[in-house]
Amino acid sequence: MDERLSIAGEDLLTIEGLTKAYPGVVANDHVSLSIRPGEVHALLGENGAGKSTLVKMIYGLVKPDAGTMTFKGAPFAPAEPRAARATGVAMVFQHFSLFEALDVAENIALGMENPPKMRDLSARIREVSETYGLPLDPDQLVGDLSAGERQRVEIIRCLLQNPKLLIMDEPTSVLTPQEVAILFQTLEKLRGEGCSILYISHKLEEIRALCDYATVLRLGKKVATCNPRQETARAMAEMMVGGELHVPQKTPRQPQDVALEITALDVAARAAFGTSLKGINLSVQKGEILGIGGVAGNGQDELCSVISGEILSPDAKVKLAGAPIGQLGPNARRALGVLAAPEERLGHAAAPDMSLTENALLSGAVREGLQSHGMIDWGKTREFAKQIIQKFDVRTPSPNTAARALSGGNLQKFVIGREIIQNPTVFVVNQPTWGVDASAAAAIRQALLDLAAAGAAIVVISQDLDELMEISDRFAALNEGRLSAPVEAAGLTVDQIGLMLGGAHDLEPAKVAQL
Amino acid sequence: MDLSAISPTLLVASLMVAATPILLAALGELIVEKSGVLNLGVEGMMITGAICGFAIAVESGSPVLGFAAAAVGGAVLSLIFGLLTQILLSNQVATGLALTLFGLGLSSMLGQGYVGLRPPSVEKLNFGPLGDIPFIGPVLFNHDWMVYVTLLLCVGSWVVLKFTRVGLILRAVGENHDAAHALGYKVVKVRLLAIMFGGACAGLGGAYLSLIRVPQWTEGMTAGAGWIALAIVVFASWRPLRVLLGAYLFGGVTVLQLNLQAAGLAIPVEYLSMSPYLITIAVLVIMSAPRKGGKSRASLAAPACLGRAFHASN
Amino acid sequence: MITLEKRPQPSKLWTAITPVLAVIATMIAGGLMFALLGKDPFIAIRTIFWDPLFNEQFAAFSRPQLLVKAAPLILIATGLAMGFRAGVWNIGAEGQYIMGAISGAAVGLAFHPTESVFIFPLMVAAGALGGFLWAMIPGILKVRFHTNEILVSLLLVYVAEFILASMALGALRNPEGNGFPGSRNFKEYPSAFNAELLPNTGLHWGVVAAIVAVIFAYILFSKHMMGFHIRLAGQAPKAARFGGVEPARLILFCLGTSGALAGLAGLFEVSGPAGQISIDFNVGYGFTAIIVAFLGRLNPIGILLAGLLMALTYIGGELASFMLGVPSAAIQAFQGMLLFFLLAVDVLTNYRIRFGKREVV
Repeated sequence: MDERLSIAGEDLLTIEGLTKAYPGVVANDHVSLSIRPGEVHALLGENGAGKSTLVKMIYGLVKPDAGTMTFKGAPFAPAEPRAARATGVAMVFQHFSLFEALDVAENIALGMENPPKMRDLSARIREVSETYGLPLDPDQLVGDLSAGERQRVEIIRCLLQNPKLLIMDEPTSVLTPQEVAILFQTLEKLRGEGCSILYISHKLEEIRALCDYATVLRLGKKVATCNPRQETARAMAEMMVGGELHVPQKTPRQPQDVALEITALDVAARAAFGTSLKGINLSVQKGEILGIGGVAGNGQDELCSVISGEILSPDAKVKLAGAPIGQLGPNARRALGVLAAPEERLGHAAAPDMSLTENALLSGAVREGLQSHGMIDWGKTREFAKQIIQKFDVRTPSPNTAARALSGGNLQKFVIGREIIQNPTVFVVNQPTWGVDASAAAAIRQALLDLAAAGAAIVVISQDLDELMEISDRFAALNEGRLSAPVEAAGLTVDQIGLMLGGAHDLEPAKVAQL
Repeated sequence: MDLSAISPTLLVASLMVAATPILLAALGELIVEKSGVLNLGVEGMMITGAICGFAIAVESGSPVLGFAAAAVGGAVLSLIFGLLTQILLSNQVATGLALTLFGLGLSSMLGQGYVGLRPPSVEKLNFGPLGDIPFIGPVLFNHDWMVYVTLLLCVGSWVVLKFTRVGLILRAVGENHDAAHALGYKVVKVRLLAIMFGGACAGLGGAYLSLIRVPQWTEGMTAGAGWIALAIVVFASWRPLRVLLGAYLFGGVTVLQLNLQAAGLAIPVEYLSMSPYLITIAVLVIMSAPRKGGKSRASLAAPACLGRAFHASN
Repeated sequence: MITLEKRPQPSKLWTAITPVLAVIATMIAGGLMFALLGKDPFIAIRTIFWDPLFNEQFAAFSRPQLLVKAAPLILIATGLAMGFRAGVWNIGAEGQYIMGAISGAAVGLAFHPTESVFIFPLMVAAGALGGFLWAMIPGILKVRFHTNEILVSLLLVYVAEFILASMALGALRNPEGNGFPGSRNFKEYPSAFNAELLPNTGLHWGVVAAIVAVIFAYILFSKHMMGFHIRLAGQAPKAARFGGVEPARLILFCLGTSGALAGLAGLFEVSGPAGQISIDFNVGYGFTAIIVAFLGRLNPIGILLAGLLMALTYIGGELASFMLGVPSAAIQAFQGMLLFFLLAVDVLTNYRIRFGKREVV
């Protein structure tokens, strides 16, 4: 492990003993680190390790309970983002702080203290975007941009401020591998100009490729530092997790009957800036896991809803074991064994203010016989909730607890367990382990593998390519509402996946000849 | 029936007067909604403005003071709504309704002693020879000063929203309050100011009714004008100049049906009187109906955070 | 610095306490208001809340009035609560109340002077149907065209008022009324009259209907899938869709039910306490019921209590206006204030108040 000496006066930003507690959780516990000029510094950790809280304190969005910061040798305690920006700190958010109904120039003006006149600003945007290889049209509505383009808006907003320190919170989670390469070139250029970058991620390979130095957080504490170029990804992963990683194992399978089939399905966009599905063809066999990768916002929600029955289709376009089910609603499909676990845990898969018992009723009423003639059997429902809690190790005081009182991982176990326990014949799950800690994620993946081994057809939609490679039998990419032809997952390389995600649907036949 | 008694010149001139109260209230509500807040208390703020303006104008003899008092009255009342929804995070729909119910009660209580009085009259502005131009003179240059103030306010709102930084921040807050907060804008402060502006405008609108249009104080005299103002904001797709159009259309319908009543049309008075409300509903339906692509014109233009509570959790 | 911190789950305790707190706060603020009007606040509050029930001089008259005034409020508020819970905002109950009264009365008057036991039940059905159909207008417009039901239902109140005026002056006017506006009086038409069931109690069919409605609503919310779906749709619309709720069906159910109940309230009122269709037949029950629904925490039992309390303020208000010269409008302001205070203290149900350490707001 590379322990650097921190030389007073030479560091751009020094953080000493920064602490921030929220009710029930210490988000940051005496975290210290220093960033040098022109350094790309990685902040590494699992979801919930406290990375976001730490950078929010640097950016003036959250006030630390204790600890000090020094920027270029002077005390630094920004009361609000404006003060941080004035000092030279800029930030690109994980969930973009953009306004969909405003155009690019307006969005950028909002992030500046004294923006020039709109016409001058547009000219500067064009100029800067060309310099850094990030093409953008200032007059376009942000709502019409792709995720990658939106990130460019954020980055240019920062660059126009000539920052000394650029904070990037999980910048690549919305990018295809090819877009990541372009982003890295931009960051290299910035580093060359002397700008420091604080780079938050849990993706180890990209940190090894990009960063000079890494600080690892676990459960709010700084647990390690290292030079990522000299570490293996596995070693860093174990620093993050604090133990050895258990990798679920899957067994080879034989071809079986097709369970779910979707043919040439188009779905119009529902929200103002939503995605429409175009010509979706998909089939899953019994006992098979079909992994669907793609950058968020490319039609994942819509595809999940098409299978769950929340979006109805022409009858014959969605078939279950050959029988049309396109016109059946969610409960009718549940009766046939088609179950779903949507991405948004709070508000979609579960009602936040309702108890776990009530949330068990939400999707279990039909298959578990929790109601007859409309009258609810609350006793039976509570038993069902208890069963889920026990079987899937959901940590909760009681089934009467409101869903929003649970941690993300526990609630995720509950909403996925709720469906698995009902023995689906077809199961679609969107982002099964997003925001879930590593051990819970491993447990969820294992449960999915077990379910497939028991004969269920499973569609896993995820942005986490490693996860998909780990559990999928076949892999397809969803890009701007189009689904690529699925290929065998075994032996697929990152480059091939990148091409699929980038919208290149015609992988060379030689490489996908397995199908 | 004698339709020839209806003069187009007078009709247009009087529709501008009939539209002014609603135009004022709708402009205020437009700004409020642009900031992402739905205040259903327009009716209550209008009627409170109507009695505040009336009482002060009668007591002081000055309509200008009356209008100022109406603006203050409306703004103070709206501040109750602002504190409840922005600080105490109450439901905006319920709080807006409460504001209307409270405003109606409060105004009739305040108005006990003012029933049947006449307010000081407001002179029409004299534009000299301009007023003598046929048709254009009586239509454009023969009104009281509030009509012109309202028009200026309308154009001003358009300029501010479209071309200024204040307008940009206001729109940003209404569009995505989390992002605006992350960039360091004071969401609650912006919204409180917008709400008070809306209250002041609604108050002015109410005072225009009691001081100029009617001019008299009667309980419940706004008769749904506040609700129509809300509908006009939807009709206008949250654009100030189209609010002007909507208010004038509505004013036109009102004036026309009054003229038809006077002309003795064979339709019973009650059915003519309800026509402005029915036409407002019809317009709402047209604006809200989904068109090709699945989304209606209204839902595309609505500020994305409209009616949603904002609580900075970090 | 005071900050709000979201509770992990809504506090059951505060859900129950907040209405009581709101009533107390309103009494204090109302007392101040009465003091400003130059009345003794303690006497005013006592006149409103105590005398109608316990003053020997007035109680005999006002106690039965309590049920008479509470019944329509409870009936309407029970219906509204279903919609409000589902996020369907029917605020035009006043219009549905009027239309229920008109259609029910029209059926009754059509049979005049025939006497039959079937007439009153027919009127009840017509009243419910009138309110139902009037509420279906915003319902169908919302489902079919996504039109905002708040504005449409409210604007239809004004339309209903004009229809009422036209009926009182035209189609339903008493042919033997010497040209005065207003219909025949049902008190003189036994088959159509909603008489007191027990003398001097105020108990009429409307009160029975209100109690039945409360019981049904209670079962619906606590035991039935429909009630569960209503709550689900109001709290988390996407989760409701996931749970198989069809939004259109739910919107029509909520608007239809609340409209029918408001229509029933109108019918029982016109055929009983009011006695006839007249221009000023409606007195704002449809709007006050909104306050009742919220004060009762959208809970049927709560609404029962809140309806009685609000009826008390009506009667007490009249008494205070008669005895102390408190303007009757003051009571309306008083009721509005109650809703404000309720909404204000409601924050305690979902948030904890923290003093001290400042966080960035």
